[in-house]
Amino acid sequence: MITSESVSTKKATRDIYLPPERKTVEGGGKSHVVAKDFSIYYGEFEAVKRVSADILSKYVTAIIGPSGCGKSTFLRAINRMNDLIPSCHTSGSLLFDGEDVYGKYTDEVLLRKKVGMVFQKPNPFPKSIFDNIAYGPRLHGMSDKKKLMEVVERSLRKAAIWDEVCDRLDKNALGLSGGQQQRLCVARTLAVEPEVLLLDEPTSALDPKATAKIEDLIQELRGSYTIMIVTHNMQQASRVSDSTMFFYEGVLVEHAATAQLFTNPKDPMTEDYITGRFS
Amino acid sequence: MNIGTRKILDRSFTAVGIGSIIVMAFALMVVVVPIVSNGIGAVFFTGTVEHRKMLRNEFQRGNVEHLASGVASSERYRARVYEILGTFEAELERMEPEKKRAYTSKYSQTRTALQALLGPLPGDRAPMLTRFKYGQTRWEKAGEKLHDLLYESKWDNSNAEIMGKEYFVSRATAFEGTSLAPLFPYIKGNIEKMLLPEFTVYWGFITDSSVDSHFFGGIWPEIQGTFFLAMGAMLFAFPLGVIAAVYFTEYARPGFLNSMLRSANSTLAGVPSIVFGMFGLAFFINTLKVSESKSVLAGSLTLAIMILPTIIRAAEEAILAVPKTYREASLSLGSTKWNTIATVILPAALPGILTGGVISLGRAAGETAPIIFTAAVSVGSAIGLADVLSSPTPALSWNIYNLASEHEAAAQIRHVQYGMVLALVTIVLLLNLSAIVLRARISKKLKA
Repeated sequence: MITSESVSTKKATRDIYLPPERKTVEGGGKSHVVAKDFSIYYGEFEAVKRVSADILSKYVTAIIGPSGCGKSTFLRAINRMNDLIPSCHTSGSLLFDGEDVYGKYTDEVLLRKKVGMVFQKPNPFPKSIFDNIAYGPRLHGMSDKKKLMEVVERSLRKAAIWDEVCDRLDKNALGLSGGQQQRLCVARTLAVEPEVLLLDEPTSALDPKATAKIEDLIQELRGSYTIMIVTHNMQQASRVSDSTMFFYEGVLVEHAATAQLFTNPKDPMTEDYITGRFS
Repeated sequence: MNIGTRKILDRSFTAVGIGSIIVMAFALMVVVVPIVSNGIGAVFFTGTVEHRKMLRNEFQRGNVEHLASGVASSERYRARVYEILGTFEAELERMEPEKKRAYTSKYSQTRTALQALLGPLPGDRAPMLTRFKYGQTRWEKAGEKLHDLLYESKWDNSNAEIMGKEYFVSRATAFEGTSLAPLFPYIKGNIEKMLLPEFTVYWGFITDSSVDSHFFGGIWPEIQGTFFLAMGAMLFAFPLGVIAAVYFTEYARPGFLNSMLRSANSTLAGVPSIVFGMFGLAFFINTLKVSESKSVLAGSLTLAIMILPTIIRAAEEAILAVPKTYREASLSLGSTKWNTIATVILPAALPGILTGGVISLGRAAGETAPIIFTAAVSVGSAIGLADVLSSPTPALSWNIYNLASEHEAAAQIRHVQYGMVLALVTIVLLLNLSAIVLRARISKKLKA
């Protein structure tokens, strides 16, 4: 059993090298999610191979790599969404806040409350905007109308969509545009007050304008949440993230500060990928 | 394939498609038109004064003054008939024995035919059965009865090679020279004044119980019985079916047992309904003894077993059609599996589940075979809600069959039979229509 103490905070912070325009986050930089020799299998197939990584709290970590390299699988392992796939199992260890995510006594429902997720395609429920946001809080026992309204407003404001929907909270969420729907999904996740936000290619189904809004939103949320974002778009990774992980065929090839990884990659494979020599 | 052939193929397929639709529409018309036109006749028809008498006596309905004036005016014309009969009976007494014997039997036949038209005649014993207490109540049948009175039906069996041929002999000729002879032209001439046909709207056909096994009255007990049976079946089958579907789609692990259960379910959906009827009798009544003999409860349970596979299948399809992303979204917010099913998946699957339910409800309402042995009786009064556990009930589907095949006077009450068919078709149609409306409403709510 590995605990978070075995990975020193000092070593971890070395992965963050911030360019001058990005500020350091106060109270951030602790090991939040730690993988050690962590593998994920679909039946016999090893989709993620012995990954060891340290995700720092309140910073944005991007995961890049070609399709099928296991980056989404890795992301979905953190809040155990892979449990939906019956043949999926893991080895090694994955710690969240020092506790084993795949431990025998881990409550995956509690874990998912702390580790929120936004998916590739916007997936609001076929309910009103209010009910969408209130879904999580209600689930966790909040029933007071006034309190719910407060949470809904706060979450929508945080997700920078309040001004667009404040006058039609009772309308069906499916009537919103794709970009609005995705920000609504972010708001819905924020409403349960998670510590970690997992974004699985959140802009791949959106147009450039909506994408820009989501990226701005990530910048807003940086410093409040530990954010992990899987993306195919390397410009996006370099724009929004503090550190970047490059996956290739299930292997974590390189994990470094974004500024460093994109300008001075250590591994030749990373260099080939970010310069577009293969894909 | 070149463009020409492709176009010809396209066109010929269009032609075949349109053709088959026309054939279907025609078949539908052939079925529906007689049902509607004859079925409506049970409520809207030309009723005679006898009908009004019957309504007054058996159901305490109708305008008393109107009836009294009708009866009085009818009796004025009937008096002459009674007079002729009296004269002839006196004449009969005075006849020589041989002649008297010959005329007596003919006269008795004539009297019977006359009773069918006008009801009991003076000097008759009061009839036991309600159907003999009144003359012809429906004007469209009066012509038939009049023909029976005017002509004696005989069979020509002289040629052994072919089947006997029916031919008619005029009774007026048979009684020529007696004092009965004027009766026939008199009745022919005054039938309308004696029966006083009037356009009648008899809503009681829907709300009344029947009198003398559907001879008079309505079909309310059947409608109510059908309603009880179908609702009872839904009460058992719907929750059970949805729960089973949730288990199959969300909880069951793929494997031998699961696939066996699923194929068993599919097979069950194809089992003929009479088999369910026998099963219901053997299992619910003989083995479990849910009731001493036939009861609504036993029938509902049997119907529930019959429609269960359909409901399970429909619910399964509906649940599987819910986008996986809803499930992911809910789980990622820290929802438990059960919560996800209850708050996201079932609401989203509701239109499909309900459609399956209502289609099954229609099927339960229309099935005959499962209730023959478990719930249905041919004649009975409407039962109260408290009696459903122990009492059998008449039901539309079974009574349609019964009236068509086993009723002792089936030919005389075709209008009741058609009325029942129309009622059943309408009920099923309304159920399906409500399913469509419900589905559209919920879908609209789900789709923004």
